[in-house]
Amino acid sequence: MSDEDPPITLYRLQACPYCERVVRTLDDLDLEYTSRFVEPMHSERDVVKRVAGSRPVPAIVDERTGVTMSESANVVDYLESTYGDGAAAGGAD
Amino acid sequence: MVDFEVVSLPATDHVAEGDEAPDFTRPLVNAEFWEDASLSELTADGPVCLVFHPMDGSFPATYIWNELRDRELGDHCTVVGVSISTPYAHKRLIEERNMDFDLFSDPANGVAEAYGVAHDLDGMAGVAEARPATFLIDADRTVQYAWVAEEWPDFPPYDDLEREIRALAD
Repeated sequence: MSDEDPPITLYRLQACPYCERVVRTLDDLDLEYTSRFVEPMHSERDVVKRVAGSRPVPAIVDERTGVTMSESANVVDYLESTYGDGAAAGGAD
Repeated sequence: MVDFEVVSLPATDHVAEGDEAPDFTRPLVNAEFWEDASLSELTADGPVCLVFHPMDGSFPATYIWNELRDRELGDHCTVVGVSISTPYAHKRLIEERNMDFDLFSDPANGVAEAYGVAHDLDGMAGVAEARPATFLIDADRTVQYAWVAEEWPDFPPYDDLEREIRALAD
């Protein structure tokens, strides 16, 4: 929304364990992110389909790398391989 | 409209014209999702009409948003609501009223308290919400126009509000 927004946007569902798993990884890697909450009903998730191509959450959009991805295992792997090992940890600027 | 019982609300020391509008961050709900947003993020883009309304589902909430929608006030400035209702309820209201306005969710009523417009609801133990109120806030976050309900129920003076919005934004 503003220029200072973190480059990572996480589409999530309240109380969804797969989403919490991604949140834990983001926190572990010290990455800043914006949370966008959507509805439990798949049919109510057009915004996720538009940005990620399908409606499941969690889904992330990483503007820094241009990557859009869903499925928590994929997302966790992506985050760890991109930002793990201290390579860019905390580099949310 | 038929006459109905109108109760006077007590005087309140609310945010007034010329004051700096208190900034706040709350989930901001649109037709598709919600995310935390601050008032100052909205005013950075221009004037904002902040509309405190009773909880979603109450008839004043329905009437207020029907009227603001029909006047197309969003063509002139950012019109944004705030009530104690949850993001889920806000999404329903946006859908049912078929409106383009976003709504802040403030279940603990802290925003209404900061603006001096909190209203303890008689007969609903433990529930406080905002009394109907509108604040027209410029890009410097200064309040240019304020209206706060003095009766219950009460509705914004729509003609005055529209005139003030057009004078500030157009």
